[in-house]
Amino acid sequence: MENISVFRGERLVLDQVGFALDAGDALLLTGPNGAGKSTLLRVLAGLRKPEGGHVLWSGVDALADRSRHAERVAYLGHQDALKPGLTLLENLTLAARASGADPYSCMSALNISGLADLPARMLSAGQKRRAALARVLLARAPLWLLDEPSLGLDSNTMGLLETLFRAHRDAGGIVIATTHVPLPLPDAKSLALPGLNESDIPQAMEDFPEDDLF
Amino acid sequence: MKLQTPTLILAILERDLRLALRHGADTLGSVLFFILAGALFPLALGPSPELLRHMAPGIVWVCALLAALLPLDRLFGAELEDGSLDQLMMTGLPPSLIALAKMMAHWLTTGLPLLLAAPPLGIMLGMPTDSLSILLIGLLLGTLILSLIGGMAASVVLGARRGGVLLPLLVLPLTTPALIFGAAALDAAQTGLSWGPDLELLGAFLAAAIPLCPLAAGAGLRAAVE
Repeated sequence: MENISVFRGERLVLDQVGFALDAGDALLLTGPNGAGKSTLLRVLAGLRKPEGGHVLWSGVDALADRSRHAERVAYLGHQDALKPGLTLLENLTLAARASGADPYSCMSALNISGLADLPARMLSAGQKRRAALARVLLARAPLWLLDEPSLGLDSNTMGLLETLFRAHRDAGGIVIATTHVPLPLPDAKSLALPGLNESDIPQAMEDFPEDDLF
Repeated sequence: MKLQTPTLILAILERDLRLALRHGADTLGSVLFFILAGALFPLALGPSPELLRHMAPGIVWVCALLAALLPLDRLFGAELEDGSLDQLMMTGLPPSLIALAKMMAHWLTTGLPLLLAAPPLGIMLGMPTDSLSILLIGLLLGTLILSLIGGMAASVVLGARRGGVLLPLLVLPLTTPALIFGAAALDAAQTGLSWGPDLELLGAFLAAAIPLCPLAAGAGLRAAVE
C-alpha cells in the first residue's frame, strides 16, 4: 500500500504547504495558535476545500469524491460531538453502523465500557475526549486525523493512546495529529506551520482573490 | 459501502427520535404552540360559529405553518455547534442524504404531532366533520412540504449570524403555494365544490420538493462546515 497525500497552497492561512506520507507513518502538526493546524486537518478530512492545491491519496485526487474520502478518514475535531441527552453507547451507535465495528471493544480499548449506559452530560471532560477517541477507533479508517487528541486526558489514557497508535501504525495506518504537548508517536515526522506574522496579514489579504472573500 | 446508505439514514433517524424523546418539552413545544395559537382566534374574533367555521381552514393552516417553523433553527444548528455535523459528514453519507434524514426526523417529531393535533383544533373551530379527512390529507402533504423546504432553508442559513431571524423570511414565501392550495381544498370541500385539483397541485409541489430540497440542503451543509 502506498499512501501519499500532498497538499499545497491554501492562501492566507496555509501558504503552499506540502508533505507526503507512507503507510505506517505519523505526522505531527505544530505551530502557534492560529497557524492553521486545524484548518489543514479539515482540508485533509475533506470537510473543507482548499483554494489551491490538491490532496492526493495513492496518487489520485482524494477530494474529487468527498463522500468516498470520508470512509478512509477518522476525524477527531476539537469538539467531542457528543449529545448530552444520549448515553455514551447511543452516541457511538451511528459511527458503529457506518463501519460495522463493535462499539464495546472500542470502548474497552479506551477503558470507558463501564460508562456505556451513562448519559454523556454526566461524563467528565477527559471521559468525553476518550469517547470521541473511541469513535475514531470505531471508524476503522486507515487515516486518523486528530485535533489535539491529548486534550484533558490523564497519564493512564496516554498509555492506552500509545498502544492504540502503535497498533494502528503497525497495521499500515497513518496518524496525523495537531498538538502542543508531546504525543506518544515514535519516529513521527513533524511539520511546523509558521503562522502569519502580524506584518504579513495586510499583504496576505491583498493576495486573496476578491471572489473568495465571501 | 453504498449498501449501508439506508442503514445510516435509519441510524440518524433513530438518533434524532431518541433525542426528541429525551427532550420531550422541546418536542411538544410546537404542538402546544399550534393548539394555543389556534385557540386564540375565537377569543379575538368573537364566538360567532359561522365566522369561525368560515375561517377555520385558514387558521389551521397558518398555525401549522408557523408551528413547524419553531424547531427548524435547532435542526442543524445544534449539530453544527457541538461538532456533530462534522461527524455526520464523516460517515461517508452524501450531504443531501444527511439532510433528507434530518428532514424526515423533523417531520416525525413536528409534522406528525401537528397532524394528530389538527382534527381537535378543526372541530373546536366548528369545521364540519366530513371535511376533516380533506384537512388531514392536505396537512399530510403540507407538513411534508414544510419539513423539506424548512430543512433546506435551515441548512442554507446555517452559520449565518442572524440565521434564526432569516429563517422565517426564507421559509414563509416558499411555502405560500402549499398554504394556498391546502386552505383552498378545505374551503372547496366546505362549500361543496371539487377539492381534487387543489390536493393534486399540493401533491405535485411535494413531488418537486422531494428531490430538489435535499440537494439544495446538502450544498448548504457542505458550505456550513467549510
